[in-house]
Amino acid sequence: AARMFLRLLSGVRWRMTNLKWRGLTCSQRSTSNTAEPHPVALPAQAQVVICGGGIIGTSVAYHLSKMGWKDIVLLEQGRLAAGSTRFCAGIVSTARPVSLELKMADYSNKLYEQLEQETGVNTGYVKTGSISLAQTQDRLISLKRIASSLKVMGIPCEIITPKQAAQLHPLINIHDLVGAMYVPEDALVSSANVSLALATAASRNGVQIHERTSVSHVSIHKGRVTGVETDRGPIQCQYFVNCAGQWAYELGHSGEEVVNIPLHACEHFYLLTHPLKEPLASNLPTVVDPDGRIYIRNWQGGILSGGFEKNPKPLFTEGRNQLEIQNLQEDWDHFEPLLSALLRRMPDLEALQIMQLVNCPESFTPDMRCIMGESPTVRGYFVLAGMNSAGLSYGGGAGKYLAEWMVNGYPSENVWPLDLKRFGSLQSSRTFLRHRVMEVMPLMCDLKVPRWDFQTGRQLRTSPLYDRLDAQGARWMEKHGFERVKYFVPPGKDLLDLDRSKTFYKPDWFDIVGAEVKCCKEAVCVIDMSSFTKFEISSTGNQALESLQYLFSNDLDVPVGHVVHTGMLNEKGGYENDCSIARLSKRSFFMISPTDQQVHCWAWLKSHLPNDSNLTMEDVTWKYTALNLIGPRAVDVLSELSYAPMTAEHFPSLFCKEMSVGYANGIRVMSITHTGEPGFVLYIPIEYALHVYNEVMNMGQKYGIRNAGYYALRSLRIEKFFAFWGQDLDAFTTPMECGREFQVKLEKGMQFVGQEALLEQKQNGVYKRFTMFILEDHDTDTDLWPWWGEPIFRNGRYVGKTTSSAYSYTLERHVCLGFVQHFDEKTGEELVVTTDFINQGDYEIDIAGQRFQAKAKLYPFSSLFTQRRRKDEVELSSYQRE
Amino acid sequence: FYLTPPQVNSILKANEYSFKVPEFDGKNVSSVLGFDSNQLPANAPIEDRRSAATCLQTRGMLLGVFDGHAGCACAQAVSERLFYYIAVSLLPHETLLEIENAVESGRALLPILQWHKHPNDYFSKEASKLYFNSLRTYWQELIDLNSGETTDVKEALVNAFKRLDNDISLEAQVGDPNSFLNYLVLRVAFSGATACVAHVDGVDLHIANTGDSRAMLGVQEEDGSWSALNLSYDHNAQNEHEVERVKMEHPKSEEKTLVKQDRLLGLLMPFRAFGDVKFKWSIELQKRVIESGPDQLNDNEYTKFIPPNYHTPPYLTAEPEVIYHRLRPQDKFLVLATDGLWETMHRQDVARIVGEYLTGVHHQQPIAVGGYKVTLGQMHGLLAERRARISSVFEDQNAATHLIRHAVGNNEFGTVDHERLSKMLSLPEELARMYRDDMTITVVQFNSHVI
Repeated sequence: AARMFLRLLSGVRWRMTNLKWRGLTCSQRSTSNTAEPHPVALPAQAQVVICGGGIIGTSVAYHLSKMGWKDIVLLEQGRLAAGSTRFCAGIVSTARPVSLELKMADYSNKLYEQLEQETGVNTGYVKTGSISLAQTQDRLISLKRIASSLKVMGIPCEIITPKQAAQLHPLINIHDLVGAMYVPEDALVSSANVSLALATAASRNGVQIHERTSVSHVSIHKGRVTGVETDRGPIQCQYFVNCAGQWAYELGHSGEEVVNIPLHACEHFYLLTHPLKEPLASNLPTVVDPDGRIYIRNWQGGILSGGFEKNPKPLFTEGRNQLEIQNLQEDWDHFEPLLSALLRRMPDLEALQIMQLVNCPESFTPDMRCIMGESPTVRGYFVLAGMNSAGLSYGGGAGKYLAEWMVNGYPSENVWPLDLKRFGSLQSSRTFLRHRVMEVMPLMCDLKVPRWDFQTGRQLRTSPLYDRLDAQGARWMEKHGFERVKYFVPPGKDLLDLDRSKTFYKPDWFDIVGAEVKCCKEAVCVIDMSSFTKFEISSTGNQALESLQYLFSNDLDVPVGHVVHTGMLNEKGGYENDCSIARLSKRSFFMISPTDQQVHCWAWLKSHLPNDSNLTMEDVTWKYTALNLIGPRAVDVLSELSYAPMTAEHFPSLFCKEMSVGYANGIRVMSITHTGEPGFVLYIPIEYALHVYNEVMNMGQKYGIRNAGYYALRSLRIEKFFAFWGQDLDAFTTPMECGREFQVKLEKGMQFVGQEALLEQKQNGVYKRFTMFILEDHDTDTDLWPWWGEPIFRNGRYVGKTTSSAYSYTLERHVCLGFVQHFDEKTGEELVVTTDFINQGDYEIDIAGQRFQAKAKLYPFSSLFTQRRRKDEVELSSYQRE
Repeated sequence: FYLTPPQVNSILKANEYSFKVPEFDGKNVSSVLGFDSNQLPANAPIEDRRSAATCLQTRGMLLGVFDGHAGCACAQAVSERLFYYIAVSLLPHETLLEIENAVESGRALLPILQWHKHPNDYFSKEASKLYFNSLRTYWQELIDLNSGETTDVKEALVNAFKRLDNDISLEAQVGDPNSFLNYLVLRVAFSGATACVAHVDGVDLHIANTGDSRAMLGVQEEDGSWSALNLSYDHNAQNEHEVERVKMEHPKSEEKTLVKQDRLLGLLMPFRAFGDVKFKWSIELQKRVIESGPDQLNDNEYTKFIPPNYHTPPYLTAEPEVIYHRLRPQDKFLVLATDGLWETMHRQDVARIVGEYLTGVHHQQPIAVGGYKVTLGQMHGLLAERRARISSVFEDQNAATHLIRHAVGNNEFGTVDHERLSKMLSLPEELARMYRDDMTITVVQFNSHVI
């Protein structure tokens, strides 16, 4: 290892003089070096093998070695930091709309700032700040929302006027601007040198780094990583980390067992110029003009400017190596719109001389968020890739989270939004990826209003009723590839107008959803909820019950035909999943989970259930269509269709029974609606779906039945204070923190996962509390609408963020749900949150910088729901998911 | 005053039609991806016609353009009837028998052609019975003839052309008791039409041409550039062989009068055509038919006028010249167009414009900065210019429309000039013909993966 380190340092020294931007043009230097013999043989084994020597791979190596793991080998097919990392524009920007990404970028910024001191490698770090420009009021709103998040994170940030922007940067043309956001601590850095610095530090900590070594495939035995095959021989290892950037997808497909890493590269262009007559200062802020789709930074007295065009060029990397990718053509005609935007923003640059147009591929993912975590099918196979052109900004933080994940079993933050397991094999089609990334790349600059949906890669998974619902005016959104109805446009409405007016204010579907909610309250509505993940778990003996009792916090030893709401918790008591489980027989259970749990929940159960051939688990998601009949008249519709009494005496709440509906037999009817409203969910074998739907709609006519969508469902569940997993609940939230002690049976007579953590919380109290807020002085018609992620202030001090929100048509107020924490006023230390703390405070919710008074509640309104005819108090405060 | 770009577009696109061959018809993958067609009138009404159809009882697709003169009646009749004659000529004996038996016993007829028509491409309802009877007589003769040999496409095309022209001539001589039909068949016979027809069946492409419309193949060279390959010869005074042929067919004494001012007998531009009985019938026959014909015909100076130096008719034939071409992977498309296009545009330009349109690739050298000193402003100007050059492509969804736009609107730099385009399209009816001719274009795109 010592020799290795010397070699690396000499490499670094060489790079410090050569790896300037001018180095881009003389790539023959690296090719001529390939003849050089490899000085160090590969080790036969290691604990961890990392594939990829870019900013991501080196960051993972750096953090793993810092956390005490030493037996690490990092393999790079070419030279360290010579892929996308080398071409990176070098901007470290914290202005990110997703707060997890914001945290990663903030950590990265702080890490890079001190890296030169730590390693002695010159990183070129300059704190220049950044200015994000708004050409429209909507853009300014989105900047203000980001500013609110930055401020509560303690990151300095200011909304400024166009004039102030002009003072910060002399070249900006401000005539078409309405405002801007200034983040003074954003920085510029040489990403290649950061990567080398990280590698140097890792190497000092014992990490072995081997360049010009490519991984051909990963060896897997019994669902575990056992080693890697390289062009220089095999290495045995326990952990493999795929940081192969744009090659991650193919590397994932090269093994014996496929690991799906859905990402796809697009060409990305930026321009380099010669210095200005009066060279630009190196501390001049970076300018981001999202409406013009461009960014502009100072570079060696001139500028570097690139952007995210509307018509990206996807790139096939199959069978191509790094060198070929690096020699991509400049395409000026393609760059023309961005050049126009640049000259519009900085007209004085007209006379500036061009140096080069750089074409550097970037990889993008289907949902614009990076991919992190362990493969659901191969233990020990970790992934960190798909940075969506922000590899430098995320690199530090993402590397830290992944290292924590590997060393501690889970990162210090909830990283579900980035978890590889949010995807399944359904997102791995090349065609899908190619189409989707062409939408994602322009989205980097597009305005993201609440509840926008992807337009490409749609209609992959659909309910058998899709065409029927579509013909009735359904508007669709997508979750995990499944089409779900948002709402139904009534006949006569101008279809074109809808969906077009995207807004931060009251949306055009307001009255449509209001009518659907009203129908749920007064008559009956049908919502197709087929997308839910459905598993069946059964055994020959008692194994199913015993295993589930261990994995779930509620008591599942209930009489046959009962439905139990329960969390699937981790050791810390946090929700890995939140589900409903029906006991179909003594030995078999039917489990319903949120749509996007399909991969995660399956992997969790697979790894936690005993390996017993008498215990079987089956994914039956595709076998059933789910129709949710919500409303007081659901009982009438169903009893007429089944000739069976459905009243509470005969069919109590939280009950499940197979019965016939119309001509169809074997329909699983459950008396839950996921909203707190009375009604039933029908799980229908798919071949009966159309028949049952038709019967229900025909019979329901006299009871005023109508179709409804998920927007109505969300409004209903939020006003009833139902949390849902993936939005409100995550692996860091326990039942104690969200008022669900009653779903935990600490005394159920046997141990279960998370029990100890929950016992401790029960004794010592919780550090955050799920709270419902009713906005007081908010005008639904004229004020900005809340979405989620809005900061919550208690007595003027920041205490947490909202996790979801909806307009309650019953309360005629906006309702936000979120977590309240208690920070010590002096030390900032987290304190126990008591009921009194919640109740004795004046609250405000910050929507894009404007604060609205809010009333906090720990329990839902019950007086408002006097129409309730059934005694389903259990369900009332039980659970909900999207 | 100028037409706005949307007004220009609505004029240019009024007659456009596209047909995409279904990717897989259940039997075999077609070598034709589809075709785009359009026409722009200069005469009022337009005298050009076009047809496209798929043969249902044999394989292959038929496409044609027809340029009428002295009225549109003949071109109209040929556009309706010629493909039936070709299809019937191609049918095997058993199928002919089957069809005849069906007609005989009043059963439903096997469909012979599937037409691909623009709504403006009409068929005459009144004459359909008459046309059908003539066609039936033709297939009955074919049945009696039963040569037992397999049908040769070339022969079938020649036979069909000649037979139809013969029927047109006969129908006019026989007349019809219905006075409307009687007048119609006479108008058809006394007007004329050229025809350029393509028959595509897999890699076998036959072009049958009569007159001065033209078929041209667009070929993509290895370096991506485009070249044109002629698949027809114009039958007019510019074609030496054609002048030679006409002279061979008539006595030496007429040598000087046969072709005058580049016209046949000093009158007719095309040297081959359908109809035009004034150049085919004897003077006696012409006089007899006109005298017994309706008054409208008698009053028409043109029909009554006998060409000068008219000694040894016929001077004109409808017999086509057939060229066979086996399609190669580099053959990307076929352009059939009436002389209205070829008068204004060189075939090389046609090949390039259509080729670039269809592939979406514009053969502009990519710009590289290299070591040159270029400022951002200069680059910006250069790119804007390049973009303007290709932007006209995006307005058109139809290759034929795109070609017409260039043919009518091109300035001396080979780019579409809106001002010019607008002027040309807003000419009053009586002036339009002076500046441009009727233009009919069909662009057939081939599937290189199949060829």
